[in-house]
Amino acid sequence: MNISPFIIYTILALSSVGILAAVILYFIAQRFKVEDDPKIDKIEELLPLANCGACGYPGCRAFAEALVKADDLNNLFCPVGGNDCMAAVAKALGHEHEKKEPLIAVVRCAGSHQKRPKTSQYDSAKTCAIQNYTYGSDTDCAYGCLGHGDCVTVCAFDAIQMDPQTGLPVVDEDKCTACGACVNACPKNIIELRKKGPKNRRIYVCCINEEKGALARKACQVACIGCGRCVKECPFDAIILKNNLAYIDFTKCKLCRKCVAVCPTQAIIECNFPKPNEAKNNSISNHTTVQ
Amino acid sequence: MKKTKQIKSFPQGGVHPPDFKLTDQKQIENMPLPEKVAIHISQHIGKPANPIVKVGDKVKTGQLIAKGDGFISTNYHASITGTVQKIEDVLDQTGYKNKAVIIKREGTTDDWIPEVDLTPAIIKDITYSSEEIRSKIYEAGIIGLGGAGFPSHVKLSVPDGKKIEFLLINGVECEPYLTSDYRLMLEKIEQLIVGIQIILKALDINRAIIGIEANKMDAILKLKEGAKDIPQIDVVALRVQYPQGGERQLVKALINREIPPPPKGLPIDAGCAVFNVGTVYAIYEAIQKNKPLIERIVTLTGQSLKNPSNFLVRIGTPIKDVIDQAGGLPDDSGKILSGGPMMGKALAKIEIPLAKTIGGLVIIPESQATRNEVLECIRCGKCVSVCPLGLEPYLIMALSQKGAFDRAEQEKILNCCECACCSYICPSNRPLLDYIRLGKTVVNQIKRTRDTK
Repeated sequence: MNISPFIIYTILALSSVGILAAVILYFIAQRFKVEDDPKIDKIEELLPLANCGACGYPGCRAFAEALVKADDLNNLFCPVGGNDCMAAVAKALGHEHEKKEPLIAVVRCAGSHQKRPKTSQYDSAKTCAIQNYTYGSDTDCAYGCLGHGDCVTVCAFDAIQMDPQTGLPVVDEDKCTACGACVNACPKNIIELRKKGPKNRRIYVCCINEEKGALARKACQVACIGCGRCVKECPFDAIILKNNLAYIDFTKCKLCRKCVAVCPTQAIIECNFPKPNEAKNNSISNHTTVQ
Repeated sequence: MKKTKQIKSFPQGGVHPPDFKLTDQKQIENMPLPEKVAIHISQHIGKPANPIVKVGDKVKTGQLIAKGDGFISTNYHASITGTVQKIEDVLDQTGYKNKAVIIKREGTTDDWIPEVDLTPAIIKDITYSSEEIRSKIYEAGIIGLGGAGFPSHVKLSVPDGKKIEFLLINGVECEPYLTSDYRLMLEKIEQLIVGIQIILKALDINRAIIGIEANKMDAILKLKEGAKDIPQIDVVALRVQYPQGGERQLVKALINREIPPPPKGLPIDAGCAVFNVGTVYAIYEAIQKNKPLIERIVTLTGQSLKNPSNFLVRIGTPIKDVIDQAGGLPDDSGKILSGGPMMGKALAKIEIPLAKTIGGLVIIPESQATRNEVLECIRCGKCVSVCPLGLEPYLIMALSQKGAFDRAEQEKILNCCECACCSYICPSNRPLLDYIRLGKTVVNQIKRTRDTK
């Protein structure tokens, strides 16, 4: 075989350059090595790795670093992983884990197309943020859902969808991780994180209209009119009436459902309670119970 | 070869929409007194005024009903004689509810407060000092009637270390359809000239330039004729190009100076003060006739409207009454705009009361009112070439849409004057200005929190 000496020299020269560079790089890498706590990698593996930012950190890695550095884990919580994930993290780091109540996003507007008639037509970019800024509302209610689905766009877990029938967003209870992205995205502040409740049962006022009763009722059939009957009825002082609007404090509510019965406009909503005569069928989602 | 003198204009960008001035030959008519007025107490930029009347009080026309709170604020006056019915939140042109004083009319004629001079005589002698003029303007509740609603006395108070050399009067009216300023310039020439002299005296300067678009030649000639004995006042014709009447564009066109970009960004930083002709007329009435700002000229127009007109309307009159006066709302109405079609805002309801800043109401027929389907950006760059401020609207829109507000700030989103040339020219019907406006609000919020930190 006759190989041209040029090729041999080339191979030799390039190989020696490569070997030299590798040696230099090895020493540089040793010299400037970034000491990373091996715990961070371990903790990061325990996290859901959704990088959603719900914990308040830019991503799971940053959160893992914060967890490793923290003295106690009381102010650090990953809502996506929930209690199981945090318990595992606490165990790995040798801390105590304090159990937190799971939360869920709740849409506090029931003003569907049928119950809240349109009074004008909005005709600009189809996002809630722009409509809220330029226009108020295309119904008489200046507080209610605008229905363009900014909350749907931001959800990283596919847990919120618009219902084309009602024009309102519906939260999927199984998928919602209470990361709070939709809460921040909603320009009307309709979505709230509330306690998921035992067996997913919860009660809330499905309206945030602060206008006087008559005006609120005129704009929407299912508006809270601020009559205060629920406040009188509640045996646990869990309902606060402020600015013509009732609000149920979920830390005090014992789910007795007395308020639901007295509300004249059906603005108070119960979810996942067994219906009379069909006690077993309690897997109905949020808004099917409304109607 | 002799070089032909070019007509003045701003140097870059701008569009030329069809002007549809349907009402330019219609004289200003007085609107009959409305049954009820609702006067919002925050029509201006600055702190809302404080109502000083109670429910059940009898008020005379021109009586003070809300007092300004602090320096950047203004007064509000009853625009009809009657009783204060309610003080409550009423829908305004923004689509939200704000506090307003509602007055129900009593009797069929006005019962004016005694100090107002109602005679038609034109008083030319200016007997007040500059300080008195400023306080009288504040008392009369005068704000910029061109649309922004900045209290006029603030513009006349020059802070230490700054100097005003020029007074620029904005008679451009570059928005299609609107003719209220044009009619004012034709019908109230002497009053306007006196008004300009008053402002010159208040500012203690001797140079005023009136800028008018060249398509209003009769107004230019009449004002030139009216000002021929007064060497301080010049009338300049400007090229017909939207947005010639924007503050920045006007300053650039008339005195070839640039207003520095925000956060400074006031005409005073370029050594001038800009007043709309409507404001000048209101100042004349306030100083020489003691008449507070309780009415303004409004163009009510639209292609299918029976009788488009220029009305002198009391502040707070429901817009519905004005429309009825012009022959009622046409059946094919699709949109009612407060302001012109370029920068105006669609109103949610026709019960909204007239604000001091609304100079025109345009009723757009259904067939023209809806937007066309939004298509993808084809990178034609038309928005960049028409932007009078040299921004890149397609880029700022995309940044604002994707939530990259820090980048948007770097791309000078806050410089945008919201003239809507980009949305007008876009062949893909993209809602450029909508997203830019959203981005501006968010960037402003971010900036405010950053500055307070």
